[in-house]
Amino acid sequence: MTLLEVEDLRVRLRTPRGPAAVVNGLSYSVGEGETVAVVGESGSGKSVSVLALLGLLPARSATVTGRALLHGEDLLTMPPERLRQVRGPGIGMVFQDPMTSLNPVLTIGRQLVEGIRAHGEVSKADARRRAAELLGEVGLPDPRGTLDRYPHELSGGMRQRVVIAIALSNSPSLLIADEATTALDVTVQAQIIDLVERLQADHGTGVVWITHDLGVVAGIADRVLVMYGGRCVEDGTVDDVLEHPAHPYTRGLLGALPDLAAPAVDGEVPDLTTVPGVPPAPTDLPPGCVFWPRCPVRSDPRCETQQPPLAVVAASTGVLPHRAATWCAEEAPRG
Amino acid sequence: MVVLAGVSVIVFALVHLVPGDPVRLALGTRFSQETYDALRERSGLDQPLLAQFSGWLGRALSGDLGVSFRSGDTVTSLIAERLPATLTLAFASILVALLIAVPLGILSALRPRSVVDRIATVLSQIGISVPEFWMAIVLILVFSGTLGWLPSGGYVPLSEDPLGWLERLVMPAVVTGVVSGSVITRFVRSSVLEALGSDHVRTAQAKGLPGRQVFTWHALRNALLPLVTVTGVQLAYLLSGVVVVEIVFSWPGLGQLALQAVQARDYPVLQGAILLFAVVFLLINLVVDLLYTAIDPRIRR
Repeated sequence: MTLLEVEDLRVRLRTPRGPAAVVNGLSYSVGEGETVAVVGESGSGKSVSVLALLGLLPARSATVTGRALLHGEDLLTMPPERLRQVRGPGIGMVFQDPMTSLNPVLTIGRQLVEGIRAHGEVSKADARRRAAELLGEVGLPDPRGTLDRYPHELSGGMRQRVVIAIALSNSPSLLIADEATTALDVTVQAQIIDLVERLQADHGTGVVWITHDLGVVAGIADRVLVMYGGRCVEDGTVDDVLEHPAHPYTRGLLGALPDLAAPAVDGEVPDLTTVPGVPPAPTDLPPGCVFWPRCPVRSDPRCETQQPPLAVVAASTGVLPHRAATWCAEEAPRG
Repeated sequence: MVVLAGVSVIVFALVHLVPGDPVRLALGTRFSQETYDALRERSGLDQPLLAQFSGWLGRALSGDLGVSFRSGDTVTSLIAERLPATLTLAFASILVALLIAVPLGILSALRPRSVVDRIATVLSQIGISVPEFWMAIVLILVFSGTLGWLPSGGYVPLSEDPLGWLERLVMPAVVTGVVSGSVITRFVRSSVLEALGSDHVRTAQAKGLPGRQVFTWHALRNALLPLVTVTGVQLAYLLSGVVVVEIVFSWPGLGQLALQAVQARDYPVLQGAILLFAVVFLLINLVVDLLYTAIDPRIRR
């Protein structure tokens, strides 16, 4: 069943340097129990696109258009009080930086309990019991004791578990993890990913996992959506996108990843490639394909003036369509 | 303690470096050399400075701050006489300041660059830059002169005449309160604004907390820390006597006492007053630190 259906999401931000087109017509859907990974460089609009869903962008400077249906209800047009009810039980969110996303002057217990009690009549004692349960579920030792501790008394990995526990405290149907493991070291990262996968298996939660780490994507995602310049440039199943990337940008990203299984030629490990240049500023997007200024292929003259639409790629294999926004899918196979 | 020792040395040195002869001032224009010498000897001013200092410090430690050259009263009794007036004015002023600054600062922070915010910014700029004596005189002209609602100055203890006490307190408290309030408004605005923009406020919103709860517990609660600091600084400033306002409103506080002591080269009174200011400053800092540990769990232990 489809949980979240995003259609033509657009976000404009007013910035001191003029209006910025941060998200430009993003469409995707997330099914029950499904994990969709959203990948892309910093500044590609990944975070803004999910903050917009929950109405967490500053209302004064952000304009959001399009549709985002959660269980058929449009998040973008619902009244504030209804949206507040959705935050928590509908969508739980895990933020990037565990060092700052908890309030330093309130106890862990309080921060969990207030979230639980904001959605339904629960006594303080019951909410505390539930909070301790949650901390146990996310694998914190001594959950009862942790309730009375403050964020600064916990390590980064432990704090991120707390943030996840908060996000899960109202059993959301959708969990959005915005770079949830980026600030953590690799072993903790692996534990957190395991944890989310286990919870997902237990509760059938849909997950949107925002990251720029393709290694993580291969590990957890069912589907991948590659973002660049505020739009989706390629999407499909993990196998399709990672094994047969069609968009020159996706190929560039994958080429920048070390491949431990790659055979060494004459004792030499093949060099990593990079994607030269920097992403376009959202205040100043190129007129044609957003990737054109950095594109190593440029085999189609239309790219300079027109944005190629998302189209099904010839090599599509799985049940899901593999789509890419490029006219250059056939050129220059990876490697 | 180290700070107090340092302060006492500096105070003593500065007071004695100021030119002028207290004995000559006390005696007026017509006196004989004998009376001059006698008085000089009695007040201990004929002894070397170092001896004067050690004598004064020793007595000060046992609570004896000496005797005023001018009136012959003990310095401690002079200070004790002035202390209630100063305490009254300082706490009334800080109350006025907070009553202005907290609501205004919060309103500005909630709607940055709105009309309210702009008005608050202009008002606090005016409050900071308008001289206190001018504001005081204007208030006296309007409320005591034209309208005749309030007495223009003086002080009566609360126990004697509660209404008269309040009537006389209003104007000086408003003048000093507006100035402190203007400074504090800026702090409240920026610290609430900063707290509102922090990541944990976004987490709180994402939990689905009602807006009021997000604001009270995740923005205001955190903005309390800088507010406590700046309020402490302002209170210390007010307690050490707001000289100008005390003079204009003939408010018999410590600031007035200190100023009179300077004019009369009344060393013992001046030293005693400055020493008291230093103690007050340290005490307030201590209270601020204690409050901090109560508010911010990161500082505990």
